Amino acid sequence: MIIFQYSRAVNVADAVRQMAATPDAKFVAGGTNLVDLMKMEVERPAKLIDVTRLPLDKVEEIAGGGLRIGALVRNSDLAYHTVVERRYPMLSSALLAGASQQLRNMASVGGNLLQRTRCAYFYDIATPCNKRKSGAGCSAMGGLNRMNAILGTSEACIAVHPSDMCVALAVLEAKVHVSGPRGEREIPFADFHRLPGDTPQRETNLGAGELITSVELPARGFDTHYTYLKIRDRLSYAFALVSVAVGLEFNDGTIREARFALGGVAHKPWRRAEAEAALRGKPASETAFAEAADLALRNAQGFGHNDFKIGLARRTIIRALSQAAHGTPQSQSNKKIA
Amino acid sequence: MSLSPNAGAQPGAVNGASNSVSLTLMVNGKRYELALDPRSTLLDVLRERLDLTGTKKGCDQGQCGACTVLIDGRRVVSCLTLAVMMDGASIITIEGLAKDGILHPLQQAFIDHDAFQCGYCTPGQICSAVGLITEGKAKTPEQIRELMSGNICRCGAYTNIVAAIQQAMGRS
Repeated sequence: MIIFQYSRAVNVADAVRQMAATPDAKFVAGGTNLVDLMKMEVERPAKLIDVTRLPLDKVEEIAGGGLRIGALVRNSDLAYHTVVERRYPMLSSALLAGASQQLRNMASVGGNLLQRTRCAYFYDIATPCNKRKSGAGCSAMGGLNRMNAILGTSEACIAVHPSDMCVALAVLEAKVHVSGPRGEREIPFADFHRLPGDTPQRETNLGAGELITSVELPARGFDTHYTYLKIRDRLSYAFALVSVAVGLEFNDGTIREARFALGGVAHKPWRRAEAEAALRGKPASETAFAEAADLALRNAQGFGHNDFKIGLARRTIIRALSQAAHGTPQSQSNKKIA
Repeated sequence: MSLSPNAGAQPGAVNGASNSVSLTLMVNGKRYELALDPRSTLLDVLRERLDLTGTKKGCDQGQCGACTVLIDGRRVVSCLTLAVMMDGASIITIEGLAKDGILHPLQQAFIDHDAFQCGYCTPGQICSAVGLITEGKAKTPEQIRELMSGNICRCGAYTNIVAAIQQAMGRS
C-alpha cells in the first residue's frame, strides 16, 4: 500500500469540497473492496476521505410509496430491514447472496455500486490490463477467462461487474442520487454503470468528484413473483458464474409486467427490453421463458473458458422465471434449486 | 499527477510524524491511545502494536475470516478495516471473550465438540459465531452454515463447528 493522507468528512458538502481539492483522492466507507485493491496497489489514492460519519445511514419510506436508502446503510442492515424484506424481497435475497456476513456488515450501499471487477488480471499488476492502463491490452482475452463476460464485451475488456445487489436494483429500476461540485442530480440505474467500450477504466457515469448519497427505489417492489437465483462454484461466499433477478406481475394468469437482469455475464447488470417485452401478455410457460432467454442472450459470445456460461445463463434464466412465476423464490440458506 | 507530501517513500517505510493519525480504540474493555500510519489495518494493530495475537492473519484479503473480530458488536474482517477509521470504536477479540477465567459458552462448546483441528481459524470462527448469535438470524443448521460461510476451515471441521454453535445457541 502506498502512503496516503487520511481525513474525515463532516458533512456531504465538506466531502465534496475535500474531493475537489484533491482530485486523486478516494472516498472510503466500508473499504471491503478499496482497501483490498490498495494492498495490491491496483488503487493508489493520494488521500482517503472517510465518509462513514456522514448522516447517510437511514432507510426511509418516501412520498409516492418508494424507499430512500442512504448510501452508508450497511448491506446486512438493508438485507434484514423489515420494509425491504416485506416490499422488496428480491433485493433482500440478492444482498444475502453476496459476500459473507462479515463483509455485508462492513460494505455500504454506495460502495457496493462502486465495486470494481474481480477479473484476476485486473488484480495482478504484473499483467497488462486496459482498466489499469489504457492501451496496455487485455490479458483475459485469450487468458484464463472462465469468470469473464459473455455479453456487451469490447476488444478492450471482458470483465464483469461482481455485485449481486446491483442486479436486483436494475430490475427494481432504482435511481442513484449523487452530490458533486455542480450540485445534486439523480442517475437512473440503467445509466449508472457502463459497458467497457474503449474506456474500460470508466465503470460508471459518476462525474468527477461526485459522491453517492442515496439509492431510491420506486414503489413497485415485485413482492409476490420474484427470485434471485445465483449459480456459483460453491454454495456460498463465491462470485456468480451467472445470476438472475426476476420480477413479474400477473393479471388473470397472463404476465402483465416482466423484468429480469443477469449478473456475472457483463460489465453491468444485463437487461434487454425486447426479452422482457416478449413475456408480456403471455401466460407463464417454459416456451415463453426459453424465448425470452434467447432474446436476452442474443449475440452472447464466449472467449474459450467461459463458453459454458451461455448455456448456463439460458437455463438459469428459464429456471429463475419459473421460480418467480410459481411464487417459489430461491432460498439463500437452503440452496436446493426449486 | 499530483503527489502527496510523502510520495516517493517505499511501501512499508517508517512513517513520517506528519502523516500519522491519533485515535482511541477500546479493545476488550481497555482504552488505547494510538498514533498510527493510516495504512495500518486493524488486524496489524491488534497483533503488532497491542500484542493481541489471538486474531489470526490468514489470507489478508477478506476471503478466509481468520481475522474476524467484533466492532461495536458486529462481526467484521479486521484485515480490510483501516484502524484510523475506527476512532472511538469498541473492539472485542478472542482474548476478550472469557470472563474471570471462565470460558465464553462458545469457547466451551468448541472444546466440547472438538470443533477444530489445527486451530488457526478458531478465533475467527468463535468471534464470527458470537456475532451470528447476536444477529439472531440463524435457526437451522443450514442457516448456521450459510451465515458462517465467511469463515473457512481448511481442516474441514465444519460439522463439529455447526454442532458447537448449536450448543451455544441453546444456552444463550
